[in-house]
Parts: sequence; C-alpha cells; structure tokens
Amino acid sequence: MSIKTTLQRTPLFATYEKYGAKVIDFGGWELPVQFSSILEEHEAVRKEAGLFDVSHMGEVLVEGKDAERYLNYLLTNDVTKLKVNQAQYTVMCYPDGGTVDDLIVYKLENEKFLLVINASNIVKDYDWMTQHVRGEVKLQNISKDVAQIAIQGPKAEAILQKVADTDLEDIGFFHFAPNVNVDGITEILVSRTGYTGEDGFELYLAADKGEALWNKLLDAGKVDGLRPCGLGARDTLRFEARLALYGQELTSNISPLEAGIGFVVKTNKERDFIGKEALTKQKEEGLKRKLVGIEVTGRGIPRHGYKVLSPSGEEVGYITSGTQSPSLKKSLGLALLSVEYAEVGTELKVEVRKKKVDAVVIKTPFYKRG
Amino acid sequence: MTATTANLRYSKEHEWVLQLEGNRVRIGITDYAQKSLGDIVFVENPEVGDEVTANESMGTIESVKAVSELFSPVSGAVISINEELEDAPETINEQPYDKGWLVEVELSNPEELEGLLNEEEYEAFINEGEE
Repeated sequence: MSIKTTLQRTPLFATYEKYGAKVIDFGGWELPVQFSSILEEHEAVRKEAGLFDVSHMGEVLVEGKDAERYLNYLLTNDVTKLKVNQAQYTVMCYPDGGTVDDLIVYKLENEKFLLVINASNIVKDYDWMTQHVRGEVKLQNISKDVAQIAIQGPKAEAILQKVADTDLEDIGFFHFAPNVNVDGITEILVSRTGYTGEDGFELYLAADKGEALWNKLLDAGKVDGLRPCGLGARDTLRFEARLALYGQELTSNISPLEAGIGFVVKTNKERDFIGKEALTKQKEEGLKRKLVGIEVTGRGIPRHGYKVLSPSGEEVGYITSGTQSPSLKKSLGLALLSVEYAEVGTELKVEVRKKKVDAVVIKTPFYKRG
Repeated sequence: MTATTANLRYSKEHEWVLQLEGNRVRIGITDYAQKSLGDIVFVENPEVGDEVTANESMGTIESVKAVSELFSPVSGAVISINEELEDAPETINEQPYDKGWLVEVELSNPEELEGLLNEEEYEAFINEGEE
C-alpha cells in the first residue's frame, strides 16, 4: 500500500501548464519551480519584470478593539507606528527569542489588520496567534480565500500602471492602496513590497479572480518583457538581496537579531511583547552568532547546511542559503557564524562534500539595485 | 535528438556512453537529465587517472537549485575530462550530446556496455517514469 499525501494547490494551478511550468512539491504545495529557466527568469526580474504566483502564502485577519495592542504584544516591531494603508515587516518570536515566523502586517483600518505569513507556517502561526490572544480580538485565517500575485522588476510599475485605475506613483515603499481596479478586476490590494530586491508590487485579491488577473498582467506586460517566474528565481533573487527565508535564515533556533534584521525588533516598546526579555538580553550581552555573506573563492557552491570552518579547521558555523549567484556570477552563501569570524574579510573554509574550499566574509546585500 | 544518439548506450541514471576507439568511451548526461536539472552552474568531474566504478559516484553536477550526484555508467580509468565545463557548465544544457560531454574512460570491463540500455529502451524507461 502506498500512502499518498495530497499536495495543496493555489487558485492559479491550472494556468501553470499553459506557460510550461515545471511543478515540484514545495513543502506540501504543488508549485512551479520554473517556467523556462531560473537564470532567464532571474534576469528578467533584474532587467525588466517578472510575475510570480505566491498565493500559497497565508493571510490572517486580525480585527477588534484591542487588535493593535494584541499585535504589539505578539510581534517584535512596533505596530503603533503604522498608519492606515501602511505595511510593516516584522517577526513573531518565542519567549526565548527564536523565531516563529517573519511576516508583513498591513494596517487596513484602525482596528483591522492583515498579516501575511509563510505558507509552511500557516497552521503553526495561527495556533500560536490563537493561544496568545489578549483582549477583544477576532482572528480569521483567510489563506484559502486569497490569491497573491507579485509583479517585480524595474518595469513592474509601468506595466501595472497600464491596467490599474490608481496612480501607482502615490504608493510609497511599504504602503498600499486597498481597493484597486485592474482592467475590470475589482477589490485588489496593491502594495509596494516584494521579495526580490527590485521595485515592484504584491497584489492580493479574492482567490477566484486570481487567474484572470494573472492573465491580464501577462498580456499587459508582454511587450515589456514580463515573464512568468517560478520559485527558483524567487529564491535566487531574494538571496542576492539578503532577504531572509524562514527555515533557513530564520528558525525557532535563530533570533531576528542573529539573522541581522534587528530593525524589526523594538525592545524599547513600552509594553511587554513575546521574546522581549530574551531579545533585550541578546542586545545587551552582545550576539554570539551572526548572519553574514560569504564568497567561495575556491571551486564549489555553498549549500544549506554545509559546515563553515576556521582556517585551522574548527567548526564556526554553517551555511543557511547558498547558490551560484545569477546576477554576480559568483559562488555566494549566507552563513550563521560565531561572531569572532563574522567580520568582513575574514578567511574561512566551507566543507563542500569532502573538500574544504576557500571562502571569505563579504558585505551584504550581495546585490543592490542601481 | 540528433542523428548520432542512436549509437549511444544509456544508463538508468540518465548518462549516455559513446564507444570511441578500442575500449575508450565518452560519457555525458542525456537531454532528459539536463532538462530535469535546469540551469547547470557547476560540474565536479573526476580527475584524469581516477578509477571510476559502474553505478558509483564519480562526481557532482549542480544546477542553480540543486546538487546531483554523477554516477558512472561503466568502470575504468579516466583518461580525459572536458575542461571547458569548468568555465562553461551551461554547455551541458546547450549541447548535452556534443560539447557538453563529461569524461572519457578506458574501460576495465567492456562487457558492462551490454548491460546498458539502447536508445529505444532508454526512451521507454523515461516514459515509464513520467507516468
């Protein structure tokens, strides 16, 4: 007898085949890793634009009189700084400072927020959120009802503007328009956010309208070089921009401070929040580990889990993510290292299978848009 | 497929073997393999003089996304490696049966060739896996 697990699909699954997608099992989801080639898709996003189906991401609505206060207890960043139609990158932590998930909070109304969480963490996060409810708050997991499409790249705005009824110039970075009409498709939340290191937008709408929007955007952007992109390119793009991937740069065992996203940890928030004590302590005592960029100068590509060694052979950390960088044409990795080895210029070795290959700590992000 | 692929032998690990003069063979990966791997960015071949063994690892091949082991379809001594792949591993994607070859081996057990698949059998094998 064989046990078959049913893979989850996004509302756009049916369109993948039409565009030649290679579909893989990605943490229980049947998702396109690529449509043509990861390298071509990567380059399209850096030079023109790419379209991503990211409907597997989770969405949770948080409403109620105490919504803001609750979120400020649950999350490390300061939700009170948000104005309506503004978004914020943040994390939720365990009491020991380890990370439950990283997410984006959208302030829809004064007492209504939308949280966008990682697909692989939906159940865990929702449980965690429910367990820690304080005051008058209503939570709603609407992940299955929402499609999310990202359009990313230097031409993203021009392409989207052709079909959107809202002036996109008015939407600043980490701001959004809650109700945009894209060529007859209504009620789309359009935010200037993304996971590629390029300018671009993420669009949220009712699941059943996702396919129509996808097709419309691809049509509109065809002449500009807009291409459908898979998760392979999404990963290399976010990696070069040093954007964390939960499960690699952030885990229950890695704090946001260690991962180098201390800007989302506001230990000076007046009231208590989950993880405050541990994170404050980490800040005061100094970190023992730090996430850094490394370049492998020898022959080999660093991959998730590979050991990093000091020149004398002592284990000093491990690779969280690594690849042959498509934009920089270099063998690069992100590594969580003992702080003594985290300074730029430090020479190290990476254990690539049986060989110890030369590497050096370099500045991040590896790629910054011009 | 090019006309030349008809005289190749194939392994179930998606390598092809071309018999050269005497007991020398050239080894590469199939078109199916390069397509499955996607953009190839790194190849770690054995070195000239290394002994390789049929069905055992002789190196690795990496795409942007993943690391895969290269299994030698035959046993013998490596007599030549395709050095161009060091700077241009994408050649394997572009020309898997020609310029994208991997290594040449002097067979120690030429009878192993008989155990490999012919083109028809290999295609049937791939189609089976696709179902």
